[in-house]
Amino acid sequence: MKSIPHFPSQTFRLAASAAAITLITGMSASAVAADNGKYRIGIVTFLSGAAAGPFGVPASNAAKLTIDTLNSGKMLAPYTKIGINGLEIETVLLDEAGGATKQAEEFRNLVQRQKVDAVIGYISSGDCLAIAPAAEELGVPTLFFDCGTSKVFETVKNPKYLFRTGLDAVVDNVAAARYVAETRPNIKTVASIQQNYAWGQDSWADFSLSLKQLLPNVSVVSEQWPKLLQGQYGAEISALSVSRPDIIHSSFWGGDMEALMLQGGARGLFDKSVAVLTAGETGVETFKSNVPNGTVIGGRGPYGAFAPKNALNDWFRPAFTAEFKADPTYPAYKMVQAILALKAAAEKTAKPGVMPTSDQVVKGLAGLSFEAPSGTVKMARTNGHQAVQDVSFGEYRFDPKTGKGSVANVKTYAADCVMPPDGSTPADWIKAGFPGAKCK
Amino acid sequence: MSFPKHLASSTGSAVAIAALVFAAGTWVLPPWLAFLLTLAFAKGLVVLGVVIQMRAGLVSFGQALFYCIGGYIVGLASQSLGISDAFALLALATGAGILMALACGWLLTRYREIFFAMLTLALSMILYGALVKSSALGSTDGFNVAAPSFLGWTPQGDAQKQALYLLSVAVAAAVAIGIHRFMVSSLGRVIEAVRENELRVEYLGLSPRAVLFSNYVVAAGISALGGGLTALASGHIDPDMAVWTTSGEFVFIAILGGTGHVFAPFIGAIVFSVIRTFAIQEAPHFWQMTLGVVLLALILFLPKGLWSLIARDKPAEVAT
Amino acid sequence: MTTLIAILLDGAIYASWLFLVAAGLTIIYGVMRVLNMAHGSFYAIGAYAAAATVGWFFSGEHGNPYLSYLLLVGCALLAGVILGVVIEQGLLRFLMGRDEILMVIVTYALLLILEDATKLIWGVDPYFAYQPYRLLGISDIGDILRFANYDLALIAVAVFIGLAAWFVLNRTNKGRLLRAVIHDREIAIAMGVNVNAMFAATFVIGAVLGALAGALTAPAISVTPGIGVEVIVLAFAVVVVGGLGSIGGAAAGAVLVGLSRSFAVHIAPEIELFVIYGVMFLVLAFRPQGLFGQTLARRI
Repeated sequence: MKSIPHFPSQTFRLAASAAAITLITGMSASAVAADNGKYRIGIVTFLSGAAAGPFGVPASNAAKLTIDTLNSGKMLAPYTKIGINGLEIETVLLDEAGGATKQAEEFRNLVQRQKVDAVIGYISSGDCLAIAPAAEELGVPTLFFDCGTSKVFETVKNPKYLFRTGLDAVVDNVAAARYVAETRPNIKTVASIQQNYAWGQDSWADFSLSLKQLLPNVSVVSEQWPKLLQGQYGAEISALSVSRPDIIHSSFWGGDMEALMLQGGARGLFDKSVAVLTAGETGVETFKSNVPNGTVIGGRGPYGAFAPKNALNDWFRPAFTAEFKADPTYPAYKMVQAILALKAAAEKTAKPGVMPTSDQVVKGLAGLSFEAPSGTVKMARTNGHQAVQDVSFGEYRFDPKTGKGSVANVKTYAADCVMPPDGSTPADWIKAGFPGAKCK
Repeated sequence: MSFPKHLASSTGSAVAIAALVFAAGTWVLPPWLAFLLTLAFAKGLVVLGVVIQMRAGLVSFGQALFYCIGGYIVGLASQSLGISDAFALLALATGAGILMALACGWLLTRYREIFFAMLTLALSMILYGALVKSSALGSTDGFNVAAPSFLGWTPQGDAQKQALYLLSVAVAAAVAIGIHRFMVSSLGRVIEAVRENELRVEYLGLSPRAVLFSNYVVAAGISALGGGLTALASGHIDPDMAVWTTSGEFVFIAILGGTGHVFAPFIGAIVFSVIRTFAIQEAPHFWQMTLGVVLLALILFLPKGLWSLIARDKPAEVAT
Repeated sequence: MTTLIAILLDGAIYASWLFLVAAGLTIIYGVMRVLNMAHGSFYAIGAYAAAATVGWFFSGEHGNPYLSYLLLVGCALLAGVILGVVIEQGLLRFLMGRDEILMVIVTYALLLILEDATKLIWGVDPYFAYQPYRLLGISDIGDILRFANYDLALIAVAVFIGLAAWFVLNRTNKGRLLRAVIHDREIAIAMGVNVNAMFAATFVIGAVLGALAGALTAPAISVTPGIGVEVIVLAFAVVVVGGLGSIGGAAAGAVLVGLSRSFAVHIAPEIELFVIYGVMFLVLAFRPQGLFGQTLARRI
């Protein structure tokens, strides 16, 4: 080896570069928005990856439409005040892709660097679990608009800043079981195909337990667990066909669900078996004639194709369709709902025209009852931090004349019928035979 | 990529100075930056594990295996065993990583090049599959890790985050010094010889496999330590920690920082995190593209990594 | 019996798909020693181009529906050639001879860029091109099993591509030259083979195969962001099981992985998630070079 000249400055350079990195990152980052008198909302939703198309982008579009309308002061009553409490709303949009650790980091950046006044977001349950303690720690009003895990309020027992303005996935699957039991009481066999991850596992557990309570004689003939985003379901469709089930329950969403329906439909899987799709609503517009009439679909609440008729919905649906050339699906409805919840809460407790504080917002939001395109939403569970709404299921109908899909035979279940009471875990509640459930 | 011996002491003091600079930052840095750095130091440890294997000519596309094991051991020990002390948890995580490496190492060290890469990838994906199937551990949602205590002291709020930041600086500095010593030791030098020519190392009467094995175990230990630190800092673990894209990111950062020095992985990790967070902020719809372009440019114009910016005027022979 | 037939047919269909996805990857690796992460993007872009064009084709009266199959292949060719030429001539050309791992990272950066570029061009809404999938009808196998003829045709396509590749490599002059490059690049250069031209041609062919796999898959799926990333690791696994750089190996790997997965789905769906990595691990544990890989001489 050649002899190496000695560099006395080596130590200095190392230390200096370390210091330089710290300085540069610190300085480049200090260029945060100044206090400009606007109400800043961080919106976090999937802008890339498989969940962007069916969920993330419709939700961010809905956010844009709603916030633009609020800022122009043209929103319907009772939301006619400009922006939030008379202050213009400023949006900071972030991509939810990349996993829970990264989201935990970006959540802190959002609050501490971007100085947002509130955060609305999160579709992935894993992200919600990771964000929940950070939201309480940083003391910023945080509204989960979509994620379905029932464990959010198990993680944070006595939430102050954390809210969920949509329903969890337990409700969907209990309602789906009730719908099946009421409309098809004579079925003997059920099969399942779920994406092999927490959402699919929880959905099937809740559905199969509920169905066992409601129709004890039904037997499970096949359980398929393809990988999330697999896209190719040839072997699974064969296995399901061979098992000859009366109904096939699936919590598939987005592209996977559409692919399953295309491939299964072409191979006649649904000629003898009825599919029950708990997240099927996002496909109503795209299914066309590829999905048989009578396929049971849910929309995770009274959203999208299941939304009721009211003034706000009469504004939202046409306005969304006009601006984005597509019908609003359930994630879009859930986003509007979250933004309106925040606005209603702030205006309930803050002095008009004054910047609402975090504490005013969370005080206003706890136990709030507010109007949304999906009807009246009550923040009635977990000390007023979890929204309560009805859930609807129905059957897909395609009209070849207009080329449009819709839902028929809709049944709506009151929250008290399908939602476990505070303090009991979903599985125990279902196994005990839904104690305290009030159904029509 | 060799380490002149007389630089050993100067590197040691440089690490100490850098650590002090960062430690002083605890009370100056904005909290979000301190948090970013905490995670970057943890990540840097895993990348260091990748780098020391690269010195042996082996590229692990499955280092996330140990990162994930570290994270889950911390999570499980704190949840099920009720251990809350950060140091005990990290020791457990490192130990578990080393045990796993002892079990896998005998097989993996038979492999070279792309086959080593793919076999490590397969192992980490098998762990991923097992975790996804474990409903009791929350499947893909994972679970949250409680805030740790530090030798009986349980800080709250901001102090908690500051303590974790200081811990990550201290751990990173200690490991950096340790690994630097390891690299300039005779064993560390043989590792490079193995990369250059395995057969000739055998002619010297040494067993390349034994050398690679010890190197693999060390890499696993510090990677698991990095995973444990991540779990403590972010307060959440999930199976994504083991997925192949996570490993890919570690290799990416290793190339980005360069393999020339123990500092390089940490610089790489910090720069990567900063670029990414600003790409996400400035271009929410196109941050992947921004990240890709910046990183491609860095690879094209700094083929020896960011470290070559600092070590540029050293003689070329040293930096091979 | 029904189950056994189902297992074999499902396995064969899945294996053909895997082979289509993996063929381009293994050819590029064999010749250029570049493990191309951007292969997933080629797949995705092929799928998008095909789905968008076929969707347009069926949106009005644009002629005989069977022309849509030509469109699928045409889109794949066009997308593959454009991508291949631009990336090879614009970037990889300057990096050849660099470390293998560095090239993996370069193509990973490409993957990130192409992923967002795809989104920029086609947006995030799903694209459908289901008509070609339905057009060929279904075949009844026994009294309950039905298979889409499109899927069965995929088997034929995969076999055809495999045979074509074998023919080109073994029975044409260009193919022999290519094998010389695969076997020993330096000697081939010394013998006067224009390696740069070989590389360019190989990369374009590999890109076209990737895009073709996407285009042929498009009719059966909903084309959405992220489909490219999902196939990369799958293609890697198949190629590694078979032996890197070998077309025959990719075929063998695809059949092995395809059948194992099909068995798992029908017999033990719980373990489906592990099958691919399990097969890869077992094969590598006993045959470190993969099924068809050559053992390399040790350097002295």
